[in-house]
Amino acid sequence: MEQPLIITRRLTKNYHLEGYPVHALRGVSVEIGAGEFVAVMGPSGSGKSTFMNLLGCLDSRSSGEYLLAGELVSDLSGDALATIRNRRIGFVFQNFNLLPRTSALENVELPLLYCGVPAAERHQRSRAKLEEVGLGDRMHHHPSQLSGGQQQRVAIARALVNNPVLILADEPTGALDTHTSCEVMALLQQLNRDGMTVVLVTHEREIAAFADRIISFRDGRVVEDHRGEQPNDAAAMAARMQEEVET
Amino acid sequence: MNLLASMRIALRALRVNKLRSSLTMLGIIIGVGAVITMIAVGAGAQARVEEQIRSLGSNLIIILSGSVSSSGARLGFGSQRTITEDDAYAIDREVPAVQAASPALRGAGQVAGGNNNWSTAFWGVSPEYLEAREWNIAAGKAFGQSDVQGSAKVAVIGETVSKNLFGDADPIGQVIRVNKVPLTVIGLLERKGQSFGGRDQDDVILMPISTARNRIMGAAHSKRRTVNSISVKVREDFSMAEAEDDIRALLRQRHRLQAGQNDDFFLRNLSEVLGAREESSRIMTLLLAAVASVSLLVGGIGIMNIMLVSVTERTREIGLRMAVGARAQDILTQFLVEAITLALIGGVLGVTMGVAGSYAIGHFAGWRIALQLESIALAVGFAGIIGIFFGFYPARKASQLRPIEALRYE
Repeated sequence: MEQPLIITRRLTKNYHLEGYPVHALRGVSVEIGAGEFVAVMGPSGSGKSTFMNLLGCLDSRSSGEYLLAGELVSDLSGDALATIRNRRIGFVFQNFNLLPRTSALENVELPLLYCGVPAAERHQRSRAKLEEVGLGDRMHHHPSQLSGGQQQRVAIARALVNNPVLILADEPTGALDTHTSCEVMALLQQLNRDGMTVVLVTHEREIAAFADRIISFRDGRVVEDHRGEQPNDAAAMAARMQEEVET
Repeated sequence: MNLLASMRIALRALRVNKLRSSLTMLGIIIGVGAVITMIAVGAGAQARVEEQIRSLGSNLIIILSGSVSSSGARLGFGSQRTITEDDAYAIDREVPAVQAASPALRGAGQVAGGNNNWSTAFWGVSPEYLEAREWNIAAGKAFGQSDVQGSAKVAVIGETVSKNLFGDADPIGQVIRVNKVPLTVIGLLERKGQSFGGRDQDDVILMPISTARNRIMGAAHSKRRTVNSISVKVREDFSMAEAEDDIRALLRQRHRLQAGQNDDFFLRNLSEVLGAREESSRIMTLLLAAVASVSLLVGGIGIMNIMLVSVTERTREIGLRMAVGARAQDILTQFLVEAITLALIGGVLGVTMGVAGSYAIGHFAGWRIALQLESIALAVGFAGIIGIFFGFYPARKASQLRPIEALRYE
């Protein structure tokens, strides 16, 4: 049997906030297989964001183990983690995190810059990804000239450009209206159908409903892990909303 | 990530904040410009002093009459003439370190020539005088040994005398009357300019010492053949101190001075005096450069300040770059290159300003300036080093941010 893409074993994270110890994660053991679309839910303070940061190698755990694609990454050095983030993981953030006054194309090229891809190949790959997310005609626009949905699609193109094994989306629809949220979710669903593993953090039940599997956090522990029936189809929902607006 | 990519990122970041970048650069521009200008001005002054030393003749020793005791009362230098023409010839002949030595007998009087007359000094000297003073003939020729032997009625005149008597006409072959004695001008001296004391060195007439003594000054001077001074040029490969010792020993012997008796002559090493001046002008240059360097340092602190602000302002950008795979070293390089680029662009603009400023000072203040390639290279190099030095701390601070904290920074 194929090994799960993500394995965490009794992962904990403690830190101090203004002198008080905070137990953000109290032993989380989760397995996520390749090709899954997982939503991580929970109220704020439940530890879901901390979990996400650990999965994304942006933070270090206090104890426990984390294996990504069979590699034990919980003990790697900072530079090695940077390489993992660069090659294996694509990030999508709530506030897009695009570089201001920098064209969409150059924003997408950013991860390639840090793994020494030559300029010509960088342009070509970034162009292809922007076309894939439907922004072929906006390549030279700056973020301020793009709508929220378009900005998030640039960010998704950036997450994809290095062909990662995992997309981590942290509240990707938090700053978007309902219709645009559905469009962005449709894009993530499409990627998932094409074989990409997607882990999504959200506190909105409607957004989580687009995922195959929902893991709920509370007080630093997993309280529920269930595989839904048929997930909602975001593309269809977006189309329906479009019709409603037009009629 | 390679350096070229880092530089492109840095240039973009600097372009985004044009006003701030140019103000930051201004510190370096002024610093580098000031260093270059100050060194140019200082080196110009130094070059002037060096030129004055050359005009005086290098390795020159002037021997003057010294103090003598007359019935127990010590008289001042030169109050009684103790050195003679023959002392000069003996020095020329007997001291191996001496290249040329010439006696000089000074007189002053009214000179008439052409339709003009002019009051000036004349010197009776031997043919070695020109060699001793490193003075060349601009036109015509110098007088020789036979002219001295025959008390020939010839003279070599300085440019100022020539101008005042003959205007722009050729003085060679003209007759001048020095205290009513007619002399034929056979040579024109090369222009020397002002001496260190501000005296016009070209306002002079040189003639054979015998002519001066016998024909112009008259019998009173003929007796002991004393002279005002002896100019001695020391050979390049001999030390001045050694030459001075030998000359002193020879003169003491010739003047029959006992051990313990004071010298009745006085040796003045003029290059030494001017050497001290040169040294002081060199110190002045250093001082100016040091003051200018302070402004360069202040410019560097300006860079550090702006880079620190920039790092704080761009914390989220740093977080994002780390999230997409930038290693600490990549972030360090990026900010370091940014600081160095600021400093180097400032340095290059500063060179332009420094060169322009130097020429402006040279033109408007009429000062001698000497632009030095080394000082330009030094200033730009120093600017680069300042970029590295003051850019390192902010860059390191940026690179040591933790990705998750940088990303969540508000």
